[in-house]
Parts: sequence; structure tokens; C-alpha cells
Amino acid sequence: MLETHIDQTLTAFFAGDRRAAARLMTAVENGGPAAEAVLEALYPKLTGAPRLGVTGPPGVGKSTLVDALARHHRGLDRRVGVVAVDPTSPFTGGAVLGDRVRMNDLATDPGVFIRSMATRGSLGGLARTSKEVVDVLEAFGHDLLIIETVGVGQTEMDIAGTADTTVVVLSPESGDSIQAMKAGLMEAADVLVVNKADRPGADQMVRTLEADLHMRPAADWTPPVIRTVASSGDGLADLTAAVDAHHRYLTGSGDLERRRHARVRVEILAVLRDRLWRRAQRDLTDHVPGWTEKVLAGEATPYTAARAMLAALIDDDPEDDE
Amino acid sequence: MDRAIRVLVAKAGLDGHDRGAKVVARALRDAGMEVIYTGLRQSPEMIAEAAVQEDVDAVGLSLLSGAHMTIFPEVLRLLREKGGDDILLTGGGCIGDEDMVELREQGVGELFGPGASTREIVDYIRDEVGRRRQLQENS
Amino acid sequence: MSDEQKTIGPLGHRPASDDPHVTVSGREIPLVAGPEDLKDHDHARDLGNPGEYPYTRGIHPDMYRGKPWTMRQFAGFGTAVQTNERYRFLLERGQTGLSVAFDLPTLMGRDSDDPWSLGEVGKCGVAISSLADMETLFDQIPLADVSTSMTINSPAAIIWAMYIVAAEKQGADIARLRGTLQNDILKEFMAQKEYIFPPEPSMKLVVDTIEFGTREMPKFNPISISGYHIREAGSTAVQELAFTLADGFAYVDAALAADLEVDEFAPRLSFFFNSHLDLFEEIAKFRAARRIWARHMRERYGAKNERSWLLRFHTQTAGCSLTAQQPLINIVRTAYEALAGVLGGTQSLHTNSMDEALALPSEEAVEVALRTQQILAHEIGVASTVDPLAGSYYVEKLTDDMEAGAEAYFARIEELGGVVPALEEGFFQREIADAAHWYQEALEREQRVVVGVNRYVDEGETQQIPILRIDKEIDANRRRELAELRTGRDQTAVDAALARVVRGARDGENLMPHFIDAVRTYATLGEIVEALKSVYGEYVEPIII
Repeated sequence: MLETHIDQTLTAFFAGDRRAAARLMTAVENGGPAAEAVLEALYPKLTGAPRLGVTGPPGVGKSTLVDALARHHRGLDRRVGVVAVDPTSPFTGGAVLGDRVRMNDLATDPGVFIRSMATRGSLGGLARTSKEVVDVLEAFGHDLLIIETVGVGQTEMDIAGTADTTVVVLSPESGDSIQAMKAGLMEAADVLVVNKADRPGADQMVRTLEADLHMRPAADWTPPVIRTVASSGDGLADLTAAVDAHHRYLTGSGDLERRRHARVRVEILAVLRDRLWRRAQRDLTDHVPGWTEKVLAGEATPYTAARAMLAALIDDDPEDDE
Repeated sequence: MDRAIRVLVAKAGLDGHDRGAKVVARALRDAGMEVIYTGLRQSPEMIAEAAVQEDVDAVGLSLLSGAHMTIFPEVLRLLREKGGDDILLTGGGCIGDEDMVELREQGVGELFGPGASTREIVDYIRDEVGRRRQLQENS
Repeated sequence: MSDEQKTIGPLGHRPASDDPHVTVSGREIPLVAGPEDLKDHDHARDLGNPGEYPYTRGIHPDMYRGKPWTMRQFAGFGTAVQTNERYRFLLERGQTGLSVAFDLPTLMGRDSDDPWSLGEVGKCGVAISSLADMETLFDQIPLADVSTSMTINSPAAIIWAMYIVAAEKQGADIARLRGTLQNDILKEFMAQKEYIFPPEPSMKLVVDTIEFGTREMPKFNPISISGYHIREAGSTAVQELAFTLADGFAYVDAALAADLEVDEFAPRLSFFFNSHLDLFEEIAKFRAARRIWARHMRERYGAKNERSWLLRFHTQTAGCSLTAQQPLINIVRTAYEALAGVLGGTQSLHTNSMDEALALPSEEAVEVALRTQQILAHEIGVASTVDPLAGSYYVEKLTDDMEAGAEAYFARIEELGGVVPALEEGFFQREIADAAHWYQEALEREQRVVVGVNRYVDEGETQQIPILRIDKEIDANRRRELAELRTGRDQTAVDAALARVVRGARDGENLMPHFIDAVRTYATLGEIVEALKSVYGEYVEPIII
């Protein structure tokens, strides 16, 4: 996006234009200087609206649950922003993003904005820029942000680092297949949900999860295990109550402050890393072949090469960064 | 900027025959595009709103029920109303030559009939989106 | 999605190479078959005589000499008045049964004046929103005498109620009515996707019709278990066979669970298959279907009545094999496909019209399609001898392979917990999508030749054949008609009847009598479906690309 376009789009965005919001999300997702300009302009508009992460293995009914949660909050006249992340194929770079299918009732609700994202080479369940896209939704005035990702036991901490409250969803069918991923899922969870609780095996699963939770070291917050049938709405009231309770706990205990503090710290480091890397790529890439030759010829080590290049980078005038 | 092409693939109206939509969605994914699949039974309003929220480059509608002369123009109108005039509207189904010409005159892109290859469809979307992005950058 | 799914399934026979000698389902075709292919084959056990268990060779000893197949052209478009005219045209030209095509709104349980119906009314079939439309549809057609097939699924029970009341009003004895209701909801979830309610209540509605039919309408087939649409969605021949029969067993299980006796209802179960381009594979599929059904009904379900063992089926030539390019040559494709149906022993047949890849068929195209069947019946001799390909090494081997492939699928479905859990999990949808994807790739690699499309292309071809167009005023006209209907009826009676539908659905009663009462008050299809939705909810399928 060109700079003139960015200004126009930002103006439209602040006037409440949905098309502009969508375009800013694209700019943010595509990264680069445009993304930074956008995020900087939006930063003062961030409201601190609650962020809910929903994760769990494929097929447990996450999208149906997100749909039901969003409808619940719409009933309370809250505006809801949803970011749904699905994996990019490592072979083709393409992706099929199908989470909207289960959110058809929200498709034309002006108080809801749904954005699908592909992970685009990011290793975690989140896309690299999911958090930033959520920022755009937050700055657009949404009262609740929901981030939905596939979680298979390794990547949940990503979402836990982005959301205030992380809901881990399982279903009776997940049964044995989740053993391997259980540790990761349980660690990330602030609230555990057994969805499709009308199916055989649900009771067993709830008992196992509760037993596992008792094994954890004592903490101020013990994740409750909630049974839901998202397709019929059963258990949703319990779930929203649990999420609210967790939010109260976070604010009351100061944990929310700590989490957000940590998040800002991570964010600063990420921006810094991103900038340094971009600058290194711009200024130093040309020097790499020369140093490579020297290392191969035994005239230098990779460490002396890196030290020399870093010194050259820091000596540069920071003003010509962009 | 060589960013991924985003395409919304939808089954418009009441028709449930999704063989073509799925084959095309797979082909677009395999060609490196991000395909937002909305599934069955999408109204023009749902399609246009999703296209805007997802900021797609193109919308591909599959429609075998014969309702194309109602649904394509309505999606086009709504896209324009929502500021998505630059989004390519394309698609396929049982659409006769005469109707294709009429829809193209209204501003719909290429439409693909039975027997079209997925390669043709992929190439068309890639070229047409590339052309439109170029125009956008130069404006 | 399906990255990890690299085969078409247990018996998908996805060829490893670009070998052009594969069937339309991807099965490798041997250069020559011989006795070694039939070493496990037992004539008495696997074939028997025509009209005898396991019926591989046909359900009647004298087949078409005794009873020619029913020539039943599926037709319907526009309004009930227009379709009524088309039916009378076909009956006058020698057609022997009716087959009603409904428009999409009707198939989805919506009235013509529903906002979702805009642009779809009368496009793919006839629009029927109330008993009044049904009465018009069969005006001057004696339902007591003409067997009538109705292609409708999710709202089938309600449409059937309208047909029953329309026939009663003509003075017909409903116990003597003949015909077939498609009413096969499972294949809708798998392939055609015209579902409304979730699988469980949908199955309940099917069982209600089977129960009602068994009691009140013993000559009517309350269900036509259909592979046609599974095939059109891109499945292979084995998948079509296996999934259709698996659906059949699921209906048997559901009816048994409702305390019906197998021999009470099984004789009225009927089937509907696709006849695709690969002549021998299709013939083998039909023969295998009869054998599998007979074996399972007798051995697994313990049916005693021979009629319960018989798989009776309707055939339609493959719509997906028709091309928009050079439409006249579709007549040839359809003729070969119809030949497979007849050599496979079908009980009734629909031949597609040459222009169906473009639009609804014109009158001329329909006539040519019907004449194709008449040539098969009277001119080329195939109807005079029973199962003439029996004993062919290749056809018998293919028949055995089809059966083995289907059994492998039955075992897999069983592992997944049965048909309903498997479809909720997306098993069938994934199998079918993979097969469709394989076929498309084979076309694009030109491993498969399609005349006029990827070879022998007629450059600069323009459409020449006349196309049937539906008048643009139909939406507005239908809205007006329905507005008049709604003001002219006894609304109190309608409301009371709808309330009884809701209560009956909640209490798990057989709903057929409630539907009959409701349509009699001119409650519309859409109103009755909405009443059911309030109890049953609506279904959203898992996404399988």
C-alpha cells in the first residue's frame, strides 16, 4: 500500500468504514513499512478490550463455539471481532480457510467482523501478524476480540501470549488422540471445554481432565472444566460465566496487568528485532558473500564476520532507517 | 509486492452441488492462493460482506441452479455499494453464452462453463488479479 | 483438509501411471481376462439363474420379455401449469410413468415467495408450495393409473402428503397408488447437500414414511436409495455402489429399531443408480448390487420373504458425462449409458437430454432422449435375452471385484461407528472429493479423453441448439398466487394444524397423519418446514475440501 493510500484509508477507518478496516488488516498482514505506519497510527486507539483465545485440536467444534459465544455477546450489544487462523500448506503456500462456514448467522451482522488468516510459514498456530490484525479490530471499536486457532499441543502458548483468557476446547472424540498433546493444551488453558458433551465418552473425559488438574501445583486460578453442546447452545451460559470469572480474577489479582506488561515487552522486542533484521538485510546482505569466502579461506570465523558486520550496522546513521 | 492472492469461493443461493466449487478451491490452494471457503447457501449479502471483511482480490461463485441472472448482478451491486468495486467477481456453472455476454457487460469477469479446466481458472484469476493490483498501485 | 489423504480409498484404484487404459473410476483395465480371473468364482453360489438368489443375473426369470422397463423421463420446470402440459405431452408420446422434478426452493422446503427463493423459482423443476399447486400439477392425469416418482428428499414426507391428498381428491384409493418417493436423506448429507434438519430427525422422518407406507400404501415405494447423486458428485463406481448400499442398510437398521418387521417393509425399498460411461464397469456394478443386497438381506437381516432380497432399481444416465461442447454428441454418450442400464437389468430408466449441460431440456431434446430408449427396447435385440454378458471372464471378474470393494467400504464404515457418525465426521465427503479431484487431474493431464473438450475440439463453436428459458415473471406471479392462497384459506385451521405438527414432532409421533391434515388446510410447505425447524434445528456440515 502506498503512503497516500494509507492516509486516506486511515481517515476512512476512523470514520468507521469496514472496507478501510479490512484493507488495513491486509496491510498489517503483509508487513513491511506500511504495516508499521498503520499500527503506529492505531496504537493510541487501542482500548484494552478483552481478548479471548479459543484453541484445540481439529474437529472439536471450535468455530461453532466461537459462533455461539459471539452471538451471546451480540445479545448483550457488544461488538465482536473474530480472527480465525488456519494453517498454510507448507508445499504450495496456499490455504483453505473455512471457519466462516460455522459463523453464517453472523455473516451480515454489522456488529461483527470476521477475518480469516493463514499462518503463512509461521510455525505456531498463530499467523505472525495475528496479534496485529486483532489490534486493528480493537482500534475499530470492538468490545470483545476472539482469536481462534488450531492447537495440537505445541503452539498454544502462542495464543496464551496474545489472549487474556485462553479457552482450550476438546471433544469426547479427541479421547486417546490427545494424550500426546495434553500437557501443552493443559498448560495453556484458563478454561477447559468439553464440547459435544452429549456424546458417549464425555463424562469420562471430564473426569480425566479434572483429575489431571488436581495433579497440577496449587495456583490462584484452577481452570474449570465446562461441558458444552455448541450446536444446541447447551452449556454456553456456563462457559461465558467461566470466562467472565477468569477476567475478574485477572483484574482482581493484578495478573491482567502482569500479562499485558509482559505482552508490551514482547512487542517492543519484536518490533526491535524486526527493524534490526530489516536493516541488516538491507545493509549487510551484500557483505555476506565476501565474508563467506574469507571464512572458507580460513581468514576469519563466522563470529568475527558477524561482529564486524554488526559494528558496521550500529555505526550507521539511524535516521536513514526507512 | 508478491503477496498471496486471496479468493472467496462460495456456493450462492440454495444449490448444494459443490463438486465444482471444491475442485476449484483445491486447485486455487494448490496454486498458492488463500481460499476463503464459505460453504453452501450464501446470500448475495453474505457473499459481498464476507468479500469486504476478508479483503479478497477475487470472488468465485459456483452456481448450477439457473439463478445466475439474479445472483451475479446482485452480488456485483452489493460489492460496489460496500466499496469493493475493485474486487474481481468471477465464477462458473451452467451458464449459456448469451447470459455470459450479458453478465460481462454488467461488469462480471470471465465465467467458466462445464468442461473448463482448473488451469484456465487459476491462470485467469492470477492474471486478472495481477492486472488489477498493478492498476491500483499506479492510481 | 486432505493433504494427508493420498488415495481414493480402499478400492479407489487410483492408477500409478498415466496409463490410458483405466475406467472412468480409475480402475486399470486388463488387456484380456481369462479363466484364471475366476478361480474363486462359483457359478451356483455367485450367479444362479435369473430370478433366483442371489439374483446377480436379474430379479425376474424372463426379464424384459415379461415386463419391459419403465421409461420414466424426469421432468419439471416453471409452474405447475407448465409442467402439467409437459407431462401430458410425454404420456401422449408413449412414456409409461411420471417423474417429478421439483425446483430448488421446493427441495429445500421453501415457498416460492421466500426471499431465498428469488431467482430460483421454477428453474430446475416445478415450484410446489401447497396442495393447490399439487392439484394443478396432476390436473387431468389419473393418479390411480399412472405410477409417479417424486425426486424430493428433506421435505419428502410433506410433499408426499400433498400428493396423497391430491389423489384422494381425484377419487383414487390411496392403497392402490403406485410410484416412488426418493426420500433418501443420507445421500444428501454425503453428496447433493439438499438437507435441512440434522441427521437424526431426518432419519426419523424417513422411518415415518416407511411405516406409513407399509401400513397404508403397500404399492408405493416410500424410498429410493440413491447412488446417482453420489456419482455425480464425483465418486467412483465402487464408492457409488458401497455408499448407496450402506445407506440402504442404515435405513433397514432404523426401521428395525422402530419395531418394524424386516419382511414388512424391505420389499418396498427401491434403489436408484447412475449409469456412467464405462460400459462393463457399470454393468458389473448393477449385477454386484443385486447380489450384495440379496446376501445381506437374507444372511445378515434374516429376511424370509424373497421380495425382501430383491434389489429393484431405477437408472439415470450420467449428467456429469455430458458436455456443453458439441451437445449433439451427448445423444451418443447417453445411448451407451442407457445400454449399460438395460444390460445391467434396470427396472426403469431415464435418459438425459443432449442439452442438459447447458440448461433444462427443450421439448425436442426430451423427445430424442425418449426415442433412444425406444430404440433400445425394440430395435437392437438387447431386451430379448436375459443378462447376456453372464459368463464373460471380464464382466464376472469386475462383478466380483465390485462386491469385494463394497465389502471393504462396509467394514471401514462399521469401524467409524456407522453411516451417520461417518458422515458427521466427513468420511464420505472426503472420499468423494478426493475421487473428483483425481478425475479432474486425469482430464487435465489428458489421461482421459473427452471428445469435444480436450480432444477433437471444434474451434469457434457456438451454441446452436434451442434452450428452454423460464420466463422472468415467474417470481412475481408466484408471489401473487401465494398471497391469494394465504388470504383465501381458513387461517385458524392452518395454525391449529401447524401446532399439531410441532407437538407431534416434539413427542416423537409418526408425523405423516399430521402432515396430511396440515396440507389439507393449505398450510404451505415452507410453513410446515419452519414448524419442524423449531423442533429439530438446522444442520451445518463439516468442511471437507
